[in-house]
Amino acid sequence: MKVNKVYSYWLLLPAFLIYALLFLYPTAVSFFFSFTRWTLVDWEWIGLENFIMFFEESSLMIGFKNTLIFAVLTAGLKVVLGLMIAAFLTSQIKTKKFIRSVVFFPVLVSTIAVGITFKVLMHPSEGLINTALSWIGIDGPSWLGSPSLAIYSVALVDVWKGVGIATVIFIAGMMSIPKDYYEAHQIDGGTKFNAFWHITLPLSRPAINAVILLALIGGLRTFDLVWAMTGGGPGFSSDLIASIIYKQYQAGFYGLSTAGNVILFILVACVVYPVFKFLTRREVDL
Amino acid sequence: MSQQQVEMKQQHVESKQLEAGKQKRKKNLVLIIVETIAVLISIVTFIIPFYFIIITAMKTGPEAARFTITWPTEIRLWQNIIDVFQARDYMLVTAFFNSTVITTSSVLILAVACSMGAFVLQRRQSKLIGWLTSLFLAGLMIPSAVVPTIWVLEQFGLFKTMPGIILVMVALSIPFCIVLYTGFIATIPKEIDEAAIIDGCDGFRLYFRIIFPLLKPIHSTIIIITSVNIFNDFVHPLYFFPGADNATVQLTLYNFMSLYNSDWNLLFANVLLITIPPFVLFLVFSEKIVAGMTAGSVKG
Repeated sequence: MKVNKVYSYWLLLPAFLIYALLFLYPTAVSFFFSFTRWTLVDWEWIGLENFIMFFEESSLMIGFKNTLIFAVLTAGLKVVLGLMIAAFLTSQIKTKKFIRSVVFFPVLVSTIAVGITFKVLMHPSEGLINTALSWIGIDGPSWLGSPSLAIYSVALVDVWKGVGIATVIFIAGMMSIPKDYYEAHQIDGGTKFNAFWHITLPLSRPAINAVILLALIGGLRTFDLVWAMTGGGPGFSSDLIASIIYKQYQAGFYGLSTAGNVILFILVACVVYPVFKFLTRREVDL
Repeated sequence: MSQQQVEMKQQHVESKQLEAGKQKRKKNLVLIIVETIAVLISIVTFIIPFYFIIITAMKTGPEAARFTITWPTEIRLWQNIIDVFQARDYMLVTAFFNSTVITTSSVLILAVACSMGAFVLQRRQSKLIGWLTSLFLAGLMIPSAVVPTIWVLEQFGLFKTMPGIILVMVALSIPFCIVLYTGFIATIPKEIDEAAIIDGCDGFRLYFRIIFPLLKPIHSTIIIITSVNIFNDFVHPLYFFPGADNATVQLTLYNFMSLYNSDWNLLFANVLLITIPPFVLFLVFSEKIVAGMTAGSVKG
């Protein structure tokens, strides 16, 4: 007991105070205010009206669908591409340091800067991407101007920016696999592809799980990239829940905006928690 | 064994060796080709966008508006940078000042508050501590509630102020920092604490005199990563630090996008300026950044 006293709660207090005041408390009261019409000074209880509005208004509903598509697509692509790049970079090649740095650097660049750059590169007639496509005879689409394509274009840019972090996590996971497994596999006469499938992949499971969860959480909460590239447009076609929260806030609908926040919270919990349970269950089985 | 048989065997062995050598050379050639293709792909997908930023920032207005990656006919990078700084009454200077203050203050508060907190969370064992730890971890997943946070800030008169945005940045980075610090503190043997306690150290002295200096490697990792994150953050300044004078570099860049609809050279000069600080950090600390990010994610 005397020892516990040394680790005084006073040391924990500053961090907890800031965290409780500006994160825990706002999160807790958001559940209350999502049921109100709210002006920050005054509130009026309106029951489920905000939530009903959210799911009835097609411009708001589209954000719900887009958020799910965006999160699943970016997480999936980051895992697949990250694994491929990591497997390549852990083999015997001489330029691994160069490629790793090049792939990783966008992680550190500001999202707004990336968004602006790709907005220009994806320009339908003058942009570099469509110019390059026209050299090989392909008539490039209007990446950000077409309502059915915009959200996917933004998702691709998100993968471009984020695949580096997935790659370095996978590399760390693969480097920790003991070499003996590969040696045994080679003595048994297995091929390289088989080694990847039966050794690398199952033993990288913790790293894969971490990337899936990180990418899902990040994808569901994304706002800045969409805001910089399309502003949710054309129309509402590339809106995400997070961008709708901002739009409603800007319009002064604070209760509705907070309801959006609560929906996002529930969505993250409903997606991430089962995925987490499922992934860690598989981890134990191995 | 007859002479003939021996010769045949030798021939067989020789041809086998020859074959193996050929295969090896063929394999090497394939490897070189594959590697060259990989390098080319990484240059096209990852370096050309940055090359485009630099080259557009160097051009004149009309030339930049053509969006090509040809070398500029007239290099006016320096003039463009000066123009960007002078725009809107030296807005970018204010922005860099604000962003620097926000970043350094948040990071300093985080390093002290989170390492202290993580020390208690890791060392002390009780039901309450378990509860608190899961509350902190929940922050890794839960999105922050925007308008209620503004409401809280307003009650303290902190909305649209520098201390307000600093505290928000700190609050939102606490979970990540706690995870990293707890992981590192777990590797510091408890015997060190016990020795200090026997020598009459109280909790504060133990922490500040003995533990805090031992945390140097993780301090630097956290300082670098959270600096990059906070400096690059756009969403939270947008919500909690609005107003004409309250510029941060990311907000300014976003506003310039609508302002400079035709001056692409100036817009990209701004993009270039914003990309330089993380680039320098990356050149100097790339190993540390990568190590910190992987450690944080796998444990988190």
